[in-house]
Amino acid sequence: MTNSVVDAPPAKVPAELTPPPGRWHRVRPWLPLVALVVFAVLPYSTAHLPGFFEGPLNSPGTLQLLAICLVFGGLAAGYDLLFGRTGMLSFGHALYFAAGVYGVDILVTRAGLPLWSAALLTVTGGATLAALLGAVALRTAGIAFAMVTLAFAQVGAILVARDFGGLTGGEEGLPLDVSGLPAALVGVTNTVNLYWLALAYLTLVVFVVHRVSGSPTGRVLAGLRDDERRIGVLGLDPYRFKLVAFTLSGTLAATGGVIYCLLVGGASPHITSSELTLSLLVMVVLGGPGTRWGPVLGGMLYMYLDHRLTAFGSSSAVDALPSVLSRPLSQPLFVLGTVFILAVYFFPGGLAGLADRLGPLRRLLPRRP
Amino acid sequence: MGTIVLLTLTGLGLAALYFLVASGLALVFGLADVLNFAHGLFLGVGAYATWWAAGNLPGAGPDGLGFVLAAAFGVVAGAVVAMLVELVMIRPLYSRTIEQVLVTVGLSLAGVALLQATWGADPRPFPRPEWTRGVTEILGAKVPNSGLLLILAAVVVLGGLLAFLRWTRYGLIIRAGVENREMVTALGIDVRKAFTLVFAIGGAAAALAGALGGIYFGSVSPGQGGSLLIFAFIVVVIGGMGSVVGAAYAAVAVGLLQQFVNYYGTSGAGDICVVALLAVVLLLRPQGIAGKVATA
Repeated sequence: MTNSVVDAPPAKVPAELTPPPGRWHRVRPWLPLVALVVFAVLPYSTAHLPGFFEGPLNSPGTLQLLAICLVFGGLAAGYDLLFGRTGMLSFGHALYFAAGVYGVDILVTRAGLPLWSAALLTVTGGATLAALLGAVALRTAGIAFAMVTLAFAQVGAILVARDFGGLTGGEEGLPLDVSGLPAALVGVTNTVNLYWLALAYLTLVVFVVHRVSGSPTGRVLAGLRDDERRIGVLGLDPYRFKLVAFTLSGTLAATGGVIYCLLVGGASPHITSSELTLSLLVMVVLGGPGTRWGPVLGGMLYMYLDHRLTAFGSSSAVDALPSVLSRPLSQPLFVLGTVFILAVYFFPGGLAGLADRLGPLRRLLPRRP
Repeated sequence: MGTIVLLTLTGLGLAALYFLVASGLALVFGLADVLNFAHGLFLGVGAYATWWAAGNLPGAGPDGLGFVLAAAFGVVAGAVVAMLVELVMIRPLYSRTIEQVLVTVGLSLAGVALLQATWGADPRPFPRPEWTRGVTEILGAKVPNSGLLLILAAVVVLGGLLAFLRWTRYGLIIRAGVENREMVTALGIDVRKAFTLVFAIGGAAAALAGALGGIYFGSVSPGQGGSLLIFAFIVVVIGGMGSVVGAAYAAVAVGLLQQFVNYYGTSGAGDICVVALLAVVLLLRPQGIAGKVATA
């Protein structure tokens, strides 16, 4: 009987549905590598980009700004593993980042541990924290999940601000004790090493997120985002997969926190606030949730604008405007919030979806011969 | 004895503040499924509008009847801003929950920055009418009048809201809409008008909280709404999304717990206990005290 079943010929994809290979077709897979190389050799450049950066590219100030952008690109990509790829709206991601920053800071400064063991302990601790809190929070879903994660992060913020046991330094923050650190990571002249460290972190996050989303687990996560009940019907336990994603994302955030702590030389309580999580959300949505490069671009762009808009706001061009315009424009958060709202309405795919949205417009333009 | 009475009454004052913010949040969430992060902005608008009116509006002043007028101006401003937000920004996105949350997040960032740009980041001294600066002696405890005023206002708002929900046609529509929105729409009633109304009510209550909270704290700053909002969220979740009465019970529980633990334990421990309470409630009774039903 089984022989009577005839294998159906593979369905042919109509020619108009397969896009013709464009000019960039062969280059595209290599673009990330090219970008990585460009970023890796960037500190050797002394190019001056007036308007974009204050000093030449290899000046410590510029490198630090770039490194912060890279760290936040990685953080946003890690957050996207939750929001864009699994569909979990967590409002407590700042907690795991802050756990990384304060963890390594306390272990090095207060306990006097060498950096490497402190970093290892911190990342392990961050992973454990994410797993424990995730196990509780994931018993709820949707908006309630968002609230629970927000509340947990709030506890973290209170613990840091109230300075229990004199560990965190309270409102003033805790500067990192650099005396026990490797010499290559200390001092203004060694900012370039921290920059490379940040680049390595971003590469790691992108690699991990890419591998996870390509794996069978990643497909389950995408399924959870699209229709959780179906995953349950298929006999898979949504709770476990969500916990895996939550823990992994929290661990990546804690790792980012370690790098950030080295980069800015200490911890300050504002990184525990819910505003940091909100800005991560803004980064991911601006960049394009669920895309490979969108969150990275969104995170880097957001941090760059956040730093540069302050300078832009106090520039003479803005000051010349009437005060009704110049005052709001001097607030980076006003500009970013407005851009974000506009993005939600008009560019739901974020930066990554911009090319597709502009496609019809581009086709209207006459083609070059 | 005196200490316990004092702690209870100041705790109830805090609870009143939470309730004023949470009642609007709960109604908005229950009816329209909008988790409104911009609610703290309404509070800020109410506080700053009252502060501005007390100094600039003719007839209004920092004391007596003038202050009542200034507070009324603040409440109207909060309601108008909330209504505009609903009409212009939330309405095009109905039934797209995540996008609505995102828009209110963006609005809270941009709105607070706008307040900061206009009036500066530093706290401004808030006009405090003569009576609110004094204390009243109740059972041997000297209770600040500003706290009593908050309790009074919250009780009036609670009574007004319940009467409105129970005895008016729009209250009926709102109650029905919280229970089953599709059915109300199917009966040919335009629920979206009710959405706008609920936003206006919530905005007015939050603005009142801003004005009275300004008296209570003695100053007004752009970020004030944000820190209150997190506890208001907790109150809404504990009380059960969409229930005004549940929000009232939860606000009392949270306010008293916070006040007592902060006094008898280390400072800050009360805030942590509140979060622990939230975790316990969610694990044992995920739908909150009252569940998602707008009880009148």
